[in-house]
Amino acid sequence: MSTIVSLPDQTTAALPKRTYINNEHGILSWLLTADHKRIAMLYLVSITFFFFVGGFFAGMVRLELLTPAGDLMAADTYNKMFTMHGIVMIFLFLVPSVPATLGNFLIPIMIGAKDLAFPKINLLSWYLYMIGGIFVLTTLVLGGVDTGWTFTTPLSTHYLNTHVVTTATAIFIAGFSSIFTGLNFIVTIHRMRAPGMTWFRLPLFVWSNYAASVLMVLGTPVLAIAIVLVALERTIGIGVFDPTKGGDPLLFQHLFWFYSHPAVYIMILPGFGVISEVISTFSRKRVFGYTAVAFSSVAIAVFGFFVWAHHMFIMGVSNYSALVFSLLTMLVAVPSAIKIFNWSFTMQKGSITFETPMLYAFGFIGLFTIGGLTGVFLGALGMDVMLTETYFVVAHFHFVMVGGMLMAFLAGIHFWWPKLTGRMYPESVSKLAAIITFVGFILTFFPQFVVGYLGMPRRYHAYPPEFQVLNVLSTAGATVLGVGYMLPLLYLAWSLKYGAIAGNNPWQATGLEWQIQSPPLTENFLETPIVDHEAYDYEWLERKTERELQYVG
Amino acid sequence: MSLASTITHPPEPEIHASHDVHEHPFYQKHHFETAEQQREAASFGMWLFLLTEIMFFGGLFFAYLLYRNWYYDAFVSASNSINMVMGLVNTIVLIGSSFTMAMAVWSAEVRNKKLLQIFLLATVVLGFAFLGIKSGEYYDKFAEHHVPGASFDIHDFVHPQPGTDEKALSVDMANKTQIFFSLYFAMTGVHALHMIIGIAILIGLLWYSRSGIYTEGYVQPIENFGLYWHFVDIVWIFLFPLLYLINRH
Amino acid sequence: MGISPVLWEFLTKWLTTSPVWPREASTIAPWTDALYIFLWLMTVFGVVLVGALLFTFAVRYRKERHPVAVQIEGSTLLEATWTIIPLGIFLFIFVWGAWLYFRIYNPPADAMQVYVVGKQWMWKAEHPGGQHEINALHVPTGRPVQLTMISQDVFHSYSIPAFRVKREVIPGRYSTVWFNATEPGVYHLFCTQYCGTLHSGMIGEITAMRPEDYEKWTKESTSGMSLAQNGERLFASLGCNSCHSGNAAAAGPNLAGVYGSKIKMDDGSEQLATDGWLRDTILNPSQHVPLGYKPIMPTYQGQISEEGLIDLVEYIKQLKNNYRIQQTLNTAKAEDVAPVTPDQKVTP
Repeated sequence: MSTIVSLPDQTTAALPKRTYINNEHGILSWLLTADHKRIAMLYLVSITFFFFVGGFFAGMVRLELLTPAGDLMAADTYNKMFTMHGIVMIFLFLVPSVPATLGNFLIPIMIGAKDLAFPKINLLSWYLYMIGGIFVLTTLVLGGVDTGWTFTTPLSTHYLNTHVVTTATAIFIAGFSSIFTGLNFIVTIHRMRAPGMTWFRLPLFVWSNYAASVLMVLGTPVLAIAIVLVALERTIGIGVFDPTKGGDPLLFQHLFWFYSHPAVYIMILPGFGVISEVISTFSRKRVFGYTAVAFSSVAIAVFGFFVWAHHMFIMGVSNYSALVFSLLTMLVAVPSAIKIFNWSFTMQKGSITFETPMLYAFGFIGLFTIGGLTGVFLGALGMDVMLTETYFVVAHFHFVMVGGMLMAFLAGIHFWWPKLTGRMYPESVSKLAAIITFVGFILTFFPQFVVGYLGMPRRYHAYPPEFQVLNVLSTAGATVLGVGYMLPLLYLAWSLKYGAIAGNNPWQATGLEWQIQSPPLTENFLETPIVDHEAYDYEWLERKTERELQYVG
Repeated sequence: MSLASTITHPPEPEIHASHDVHEHPFYQKHHFETAEQQREAASFGMWLFLLTEIMFFGGLFFAYLLYRNWYYDAFVSASNSINMVMGLVNTIVLIGSSFTMAMAVWSAEVRNKKLLQIFLLATVVLGFAFLGIKSGEYYDKFAEHHVPGASFDIHDFVHPQPGTDEKALSVDMANKTQIFFSLYFAMTGVHALHMIIGIAILIGLLWYSRSGIYTEGYVQPIENFGLYWHFVDIVWIFLFPLLYLINRH
Repeated sequence: MGISPVLWEFLTKWLTTSPVWPREASTIAPWTDALYIFLWLMTVFGVVLVGALLFTFAVRYRKERHPVAVQIEGSTLLEATWTIIPLGIFLFIFVWGAWLYFRIYNPPADAMQVYVVGKQWMWKAEHPGGQHEINALHVPTGRPVQLTMISQDVFHSYSIPAFRVKREVIPGRYSTVWFNATEPGVYHLFCTQYCGTLHSGMIGEITAMRPEDYEKWTKESTSGMSLAQNGERLFASLGCNSCHSGNAAAAGPNLAGVYGSKIKMDDGSEQLATDGWLRDTILNPSQHVPLGYKPIMPTYQGQISEEGLIDLVEYIKQLKNNYRIQQTLNTAKAEDVAPVTPDQKVTP
């Protein structure tokens, strides 16, 4: 039977002498690096920046909605605020969030490789991302864009004179960043696994990022071409989506949602991976039903491609295609339900501790359950008629994206922070932040379900006074949420210098990334590891630790 | 030094020790175990990229099929108005360039630097020839006011040249030729963009081939670029019949 | 320690007077609400179930109580359970939702017609009797009302939360929605599809009235000309009557009684004459040439406003015989038909 091995106290430990961080010095050594870990850190800094930019717009939107009248800013300005919020958050934060930072850092290490298959393309991805980001900021400086992130034609092509083409360029370029990231991950996972690292020994984080990568590679180009056609329609006047020339604006909806629905799985799937790792580690138990969880990611990726028209139920798609898309939408909900139950049962007979990542994971499961089940409301045809284009939809996708993905991102950042930086985050203040985030989140977004069923439409600058109470609650919640997000920024920055030294494996986790020093060496492993155990094999970890103790002792 | 890190790693790890042990080909990147792994990864990556490209063009082909179904007469007339001879010549030029590209890959495999450079250069020349003919076609369309936008004119379709057996379109159907030309310019334009990028890379390959790296075993860049070039060629093989030949008589 | 007066007011006044449930004012509303309540019950059940699992496991198997984890690989039985049960529930919801959808979007045959034109940023409603309204709609209770809607510019969406109905209003094609109001009252009308700067100003009032009140309103607010009458004038002034005269030798087909019938086309297909079809024949005649006719009709694209098209469609729908067309032809020869374009923007 297994015994508990406790490691010696690590508080007196020192950081390793050589790491990927101090391997080279100077700003150029970062900007020209091909090291996946350094690129991950570049991404981390840049997406954090864009997260707070997007957060600023969200704050302005909520502030305007404090009162029913449109009194804080002009209607144009408000429309630009929510448009910029959507574009920044989706294309510059959510899509790259976990894959480009944690995935970039961890996938090669988790599979026992020295780097991603194409390190230079990986760097190129970051540059494309940054160029996309700079185009977005340029749009902002030039005066913004007010199409909504969905670029609905013919509004975006003929009826607005804001900077649509600049924004389209930004999204086109950022899209290629995500294509290249996905491509890199797929090739790496297929071709770079260490000896003995079979597909079913991969951590679930790798599986879920793999599924997301497939979506990135196959979905993003369709968005790219749709965006190109919108830009061409604005600039030279081609008429593919223009009803006055015989074009069909609904075609744009089809092309746009063919990417943008799978995109929500691109955003959430890597989060699923983080939660699998965190729950398993803090329950000290193998993920319940490993294969079911792995295949449910793949199932989501596959089904995710065939549900896009559920965004168009009220737009006059034919009754029969509405039926088919509604049915497929119901099917895609099942793998998510499977995951939720598997995570819950991972805890059964575990030995559970409640560090910050675990708290975020609890928050994720709770909020994602609500977010996922309210998605079923919208997949049900008749219900969708009432709910679509109202605040109910806004609440639903924020429960999934913010309550789900952002919680998962923060869980992952805290969980791997010791590996990324070699130092621990401060435990009690971070627990406080997790709780503040959770409470703030519920307060912000739950009232939106209620106001949505009352009929309050999305993207309204002014609204009837009887909706005010719920909007005030929501804005109050946003303030709390803002505090919840500022705290990690502060204490994580603090911990870079003052955090306790983490050591190799502060959580006693089983992944390969925890068996090397923190922060890792530039080449990750001294020699290619040979994998002889399953994923999440805590007994293997104990035997290994015992052996090492004996060797040292 | 922490106890924990002493467990896994010796205090002063010697990083480059393992690298000097094995003999690797000069072109193998440090993060690959073997040259074979590198070759497989690169070729797999290229195929994935081509899959992305298929999805990219797929959106346009989908739009084409949809509108062709709706506005068949307009598509026929508009298709007849573009210069099939130029299109045919371009098809031959492009197939020729695919052949020279395939020969370039072969030359790299048999390690003949001179031949490699000749075939790469031939591919560049044929690529430019394609673009030249294409711009001639674009110019004709421009002169005929068939470019979508403000100067678009349906006159030619409502009143076809006497003496041709071209069917006159009613005004409402003739308006739909603009959709055809929108797609024509979007599809051939995006294709031409791929050609331009391809030629730029070709010139790069030609430049680097002087050092002889591609003819000393490092075939992979030439091979993968070949895949890309053939893909661009295949896209044209689809575009040509759809845009030029749908109802020729 | 006193509570801040502002907060106190907030708690007592605002919270108690703020609505949390929309009014039920149509026949479909209770059905939508039933599904909505069922879905929330499912959600609460799901959250409570998952929450209870997490809580129980977290308490029972916390490290202090359960220091050594017992490794479990998984359980096919459990996996099957939580695959099949959610699948069953979701399929049940699918069927219920689909049933509701068909109920919402399939109008009864006897529905009263109203036309709606959306443009940035107003809603224009046109009643067949010639009542024109802007950002308002008066409807009787107890009678199904069908809206035939089209946009002049961008996508809009016609939403009446109290009736639980909504439909996208699209440029270039008709979309329809119907409802049967039950409670007299004034309800919100929202444009829910983002349509540009004043999107949130594209709102209005739906007034549901008792049938007798509605009758009164109809009489008081008529512009004097029904849509069909406007259409008849337009039909004459555009010269439609010269070909569509109903004469056997006429160049165009006879339009009397054509609405709702299946028409044989010259390419061998059959097309059903719906509202949208009639509109499209005026704009894209060459795609709708009936068997035995030449494609000579010119397009009226860009020459008739959407309101004008509605007038014409309504006119052709009402056309039972060609008596009046021939009358107008005779009159037109005798004297000029006075007002060429009927005034579209008459509001009560």
